[in-house]
This record gives sequence, C-alpha cells and structure tokens, in this order.
Amino acid sequence: MTQYERFFDTFFNPAVMAKYFPKIIEGLLVTCQIAVLVVVSGLLAGLALALLRSYRWAPVNLLIIFFVDMFRALPPLVLILILYFGLPNVGITLSGYVVLWLVLTCILAAFSEEIFWAGILSVDNGQWMASRSTGMSYTQTLLYVVLPQAIRLTIPPLTNRTIAITKNTALGMVIGVDELLNEATTAQAFAGNATPLMMGAIAYLVLFVPVVYLGRYIELRFAWRKA
Amino acid sequence: MSYEKLKVLRGINIDVRPSELVFIIGPSGSGKSTLLRCCNRLEEPDSGEIIVDGEAITAKGANLNAIRRRIGMVFQSFNLYPHLTAGGNVMLALRKVLGKPKAEARAIAEAALVRVGLADKIDNYPNQLSGGQQQRAAIARALALEPKIMLFDEPTSALDPELVGDVLNVMAELKRSGMTMVVVSHEMRFAKAAADRVVFMDGGVIVEQGAPADLFANPKQKRTRDFVGQIEQ
Repeated sequence: MTQYERFFDTFFNPAVMAKYFPKIIEGLLVTCQIAVLVVVSGLLAGLALALLRSYRWAPVNLLIIFFVDMFRALPPLVLILILYFGLPNVGITLSGYVVLWLVLTCILAAFSEEIFWAGILSVDNGQWMASRSTGMSYTQTLLYVVLPQAIRLTIPPLTNRTIAITKNTALGMVIGVDELLNEATTAQAFAGNATPLMMGAIAYLVLFVPVVYLGRYIELRFAWRKA
Repeated sequence: MSYEKLKVLRGINIDVRPSELVFIIGPSGSGKSTLLRCCNRLEEPDSGEIIVDGEAITAKGANLNAIRRRIGMVFQSFNLYPHLTAGGNVMLALRKVLGKPKAEARAIAEAALVRVGLADKIDNYPNQLSGGQQQRAAIARALALEPKIMLFDEPTSALDPELVGDVLNVMAELKRSGMTMVVVSHEMRFAKAAADRVVFMDGGVIVEQGAPADLFANPKQKRTRDFVGQIEQ
C-alpha cells in the first residue's frame, strides 16, 4: 500500500463513507436544529437585555452586567459540565440537548448584548435629541430611531460571534447529545477508521460556509453609504 | 441650568412674542445653545420657569412629549435619521406621536417638503441630499407637526457657504408666514434683514438686546461692541 493509498484509506474510505453516511446526516440535522435554536433565542435574549439596559435602571443594569461578564468569562465546556453533572444533585435533571441549548443561548445572549449595547451607544446623541424634540418618547426613539441604526452597525461583529458560538454545538459530544461530532466519533470508533471524522468536518463546512456567506450578504445589504 | 459646578446660564429673563423672530448671538460657550435646549427641556434647568404658549413646561408632571411636538427644533448637524428617506424622516413623528394613518402622514410630509423646496426629494435618503437639502428636510420634519414656535440652533454653521442661502430663504419664508422663531446663529446679514430683536449673550447672561439696527450700529455695552466688531470684520 503506497503512502497515498494509506492516506486515502484512512480519511476517504468509500465503504466506511457509505455505511455511516446516514448517521452523519442525522448528526448534522441535530447540530443544525440546536444551532438555529441557539441563534434565535440567544440573539433575541441579547437584544432584549441591551434594550432593557438602555433604560439605565441601576439595579437591573448591575444584574445584566453580572450576567454578561460571567457568561463571557466562563468556558462553555465548564458551564455544560456543571449544569449536566451538577444539577441532578439538587434534583434538577436536564437532558443533554437542553443543557447544550441553554448554555450556548446564555453565552450568545451575553456576547450579543454587549454588541447590541455598543451599537446603541454609538448612535449619535443628536439622533436622540432630534427624535425627542418631535415628541417621540424614550421608547419610541429607542425602537424607531436608534435601534435600526444600531443594528446596522452591529451586523459584522454579530455575525462573527454567532458563528463562533454555534460551532460550540460540538461540545454536546461530551454530554451525549447525538449531534454531528458525537455521531462522527462514535462511527470512527466502530469503524476503526478516521473517515467518519472527515465526513463530520465536511458536514460542518456544508453547514457553516453558507452561514458565513449569508452573514456577508446581510452585512452588504444592511450597509448604507455614509453621507 | 448648570453642568456640575459650572453655571452655564444665570438670571436669564426673556420674552418672545407670537410671530416674533428673536436672534441670539454671542461667543461660543456663552450658553446660547443651552438656552435653546432648555426651551424644550432637552436640557433641564436647575431653577426657574419656562412658559411656552401659556403652559409652564418646567412644571412638575408636565407632559413633555406633548409639549415638545409643538416646539420645532432644528440642529446644527441636521440630525436626520439616516435609515429613513426624507419623507420617512418627516412622517415618523406624524405616525408614531400623532398616530396619523400612513396616507395622511405622507400627504402632510409632501406638503412640508414642498414648503422647503424639496418636493422631488421625498424618497431620497439623507446621504443622497446636499447639506442644505438635509437641513431643509430637517426643517420640514419640524414643520409637519405644526409647531407654535421654532428653535434654530446654528442651522447654517455646518453648511458650505453656497448652500446657506437656501436654508435662510426657507427661514425667511417661515418668518413671513408668522412663525414664532428663536434663532441662534452667526448669520448677521440674516439677522439684520429678518430679526425683530437681537439678543447678545456672554458668560451665561444676556448682556444686551435690542432691534438689530440699534444693536449692531450702536451697541451700548463694551462686550457687545467687541463681539459685533469681531464678527463684522
């Protein structure tokens, strides 16, 4: 067996590919599902926190800042292990799927809150004054004048952060969520061959490359030329 | 009105009559813009009373949003909403504050934009307009709410010289139509042509006021003489 053949046999074995293809697809669908749920709930929660923060109620803002700093500082894997293995001891048992979703949602909410908040702060004070001078309330100004401008500014960092966090769905493997990486490593163990891992890598590309392009498209679409 | 310990305005007492155009001049930092912003409480005065159209807007529990929509304000940097068209800028408060249906709001916006000479720009975004056009759109945004009084905070200071005239023409038209106006500006020729009264401020106080012809030709106070001399050079 030549070097080339050995490489090919290890990573692109056709028989292994055919056998484990359905499993990889199942894992991909689970990953896709969790990723979509995390993106929707994480970004909505982050936006809600940023809006709440802009009312500048001191006790509420302290809580938000505490939440945000904690979830930005802790490694996702630590949180996942604590919730999955720790909570049953106090009588709360969550499935691996729920733990993974909850942890990634909180982390995305924390990061996106900071991004939305920075966007809201970066809108010129003159916009607030102009809107308030026409009789618009604080909330109306926030929703109709400031937020549309803030969101345009936040699209690029938000896209990057969202992709970075949804990739962490792979951590579900350590708590037995049957997502893509878990299916791939299991198949690799059964087959005694790394081909399923390569299939998993390709499946991640199939999932995330379009997301990267979608992000770029949204950035272009929402950008407007500065006067 | 004060920032921290610094008193920006002290002992200001000024009356503006209906349809009067009061022109406020003074060196930068003299409190002109702060005075203007106190008039719709974009700045909070520490003490004193401000009465607009018979209503004490500094009273506790005053409905600020209701008061503000009857006080139009135009800013040095235009402050148009960049994500909305000229029409959208004018329509926003009509829709959200006055609750007008879309078609009616659009008709009002069209009329307001016609009045400032921007009939054909209703669907243009601010970045597609020149500075002078942006400022006129901002004037239309304020006018559409049918204010009792218009406040202008250095409306032409950010404009290229050749664009100033268009904005001043719109302001002159407003004056002729009987609008009550308070204008902070350095456009002395406009002041001489259109103002009923010129107020000179320095260091947070009103130093001197009078008809433009008097104040510019025969200032009584030394500070006024120095300032008028400087800007007329």
